[in-house]
Amino acid sequence: MTRLRPDLQIIADNIAPGSRVLDIGCGDGALMAALRDNKGCDARGLEIDPANVASAVAKGLSVVQGDADTDLAAYPDGSFDYAVLSQTLQTTRRPDIMLDQLLRIGRQAFVSFPNFAHWRIRMSLLLRGRMPVTRLIPQSWYDTPNIHHVTIEDFRALVEAGRYAQEGQWFLSGDKQTSKAAANLLAEHAVFLLRG
Amino acid sequence: MTEDTRFGLDRRVRLLGPLPLDSGASLAPVEFAYETYGTLNADRSNAILVCHALTGDQYLASTHPLTGKPGWWERLVGPGKPIDTDRHFIICANVLGSCLGSSGPATINPATDRPWAMDFPVITIADMVRAQAMLLDHLGIKRLHAVIGGSMGGMQAVSWAALYPERVASAVIIASAARHSAQNIAFHEVGRQAIMADPRWRGGAYYADDDPPSSGLAVARMAAHITYLSEAGLTEKFGRRLQDRDAKTFGFDADFQVESYLRHQGISFVDRFDANSYLYITRAMDYFDLAEAHGGALANAFKGSKTRFCLISFDTDWLYPTSESRAIVHALNAAGAEVSFMELSSPFGHDSFLLENPEMNRIVDGFLKAGEGR
Repeated sequence: MTRLRPDLQIIADNIAPGSRVLDIGCGDGALMAALRDNKGCDARGLEIDPANVASAVAKGLSVVQGDADTDLAAYPDGSFDYAVLSQTLQTTRRPDIMLDQLLRIGRQAFVSFPNFAHWRIRMSLLLRGRMPVTRLIPQSWYDTPNIHHVTIEDFRALVEAGRYAQEGQWFLSGDKQTSKAAANLLAEHAVFLLRG
Repeated sequence: MTEDTRFGLDRRVRLLGPLPLDSGASLAPVEFAYETYGTLNADRSNAILVCHALTGDQYLASTHPLTGKPGWWERLVGPGKPIDTDRHFIICANVLGSCLGSSGPATINPATDRPWAMDFPVITIADMVRAQAMLLDHLGIKRLHAVIGGSMGGMQAVSWAALYPERVASAVIIASAARHSAQNIAFHEVGRQAIMADPRWRGGAYYADDDPPSSGLAVARMAAHITYLSEAGLTEKFGRRLQDRDAKTFGFDADFQVESYLRHQGISFVDRFDANSYLYITRAMDYFDLAEAHGGALANAFKGSKTRFCLISFDTDWLYPTSESRAIVHALNAAGAEVSFMELSSPFGHDSFLLENPEMNRIVDGFLKAGEGR
């Protein structure tokens, strides 16, 4: 079996066996397949890219081609144990509304995103005066799908504003987990578990 | 298994019925023309029902006796194909109301010993499905591994899942809709009026003289055929090119290639299809609105459904556009049903589902195989 992306591995490790999971922006269904095969989960997916949907469906996964910004409304309240939004929050039209949707549909939600306040990004902007292009944010400002860059501190503030509870937080630098201390400076990537 | 005469190519059976219809009438006996491919396994768990479209037939993967053309879905059905004759037991029956051997206006009304013509009861998509269920009972198939259809076949497939959820493990609904839109109905009405305006239609009683309303039916087919294609597809295939001539004739001959093509489509259609069947089946499609039968909410049609669903639409299909498939997907999401959906890209409009499309094959194959592991 191929290894999961580190943020997906964290999510997979922390989902209870047998849960119902909605993976929003599920890509080719790697996390869904792992949850189905290793944890007996009932996983469903939503994905915008047609080639990814075809790959996921060919693996026997239940994936709907659609846009997270418009298609989540069809899912009933509390219909999943977990809603997962990995590396997608920063591409949504309204991340705040997205968070509300996640915690309407799921009892809990995993959200992972690249941290725009990582020191390398700060340095790049400070020294070069140009929009940073890094490993996790590889596109130029004009063709990036990341229309709402977010920092860990920004995200925490959004969670507080929505009165959602933080049930878990994990931080990654490279492919390794890093400490909670100074995460907003040192973590390239964050994973949060929230409860509505 | 010893040779079972119920199974094989070109089968016919008359079942006593009665078949109760949505109109309140009932039909008895009910005749079926169907084909089966592959072998039913010992626990009868590998049966797939394929539902055909408006003018389709049971010759799913065998040569059509009238046209000599190969089976209409051999791209998807055959040895090693997604619908695999080596692995699955496949049934395709001529739909109720049609004219290739199943009960319809051209078959004999037992009360008069003459063709039914317009005395044939008006039928619905649900009636077609109930008739197929009758046939499956006769074949000894309680539960389908899958029901699959495109266009009107998809309407039957989705109705199967709504009417007999316990009999359908998986449903594949391609280039279809859960209801006929005003535009769909409007196009069908043009076709019906073309038939009924043909003086040879004579209120549908044309069978005795063997003089059917061919002109009307051909025009109906020409109009409908346009809806099966796309503007881009027509432009690519014909543009404004002239047919076997260098200049316009300043007359009303088929100057343009597209005219000649449509005329050919119309003329060849009348050799294989009955005008009254065309009236009845288009009516059944126009009456189709799955939500209406469930208190106006499509999701109610799938409440508690354990059926797995796979929907496919095509980006240039303006007859049953992606939004119609999406409406079904949203209803299935709301009902918590297991559903996959994908809009495929193809330049060929509604007809895309009948044409070569490796991505469609890949999806159907993966979807069916995943259902077999359960």
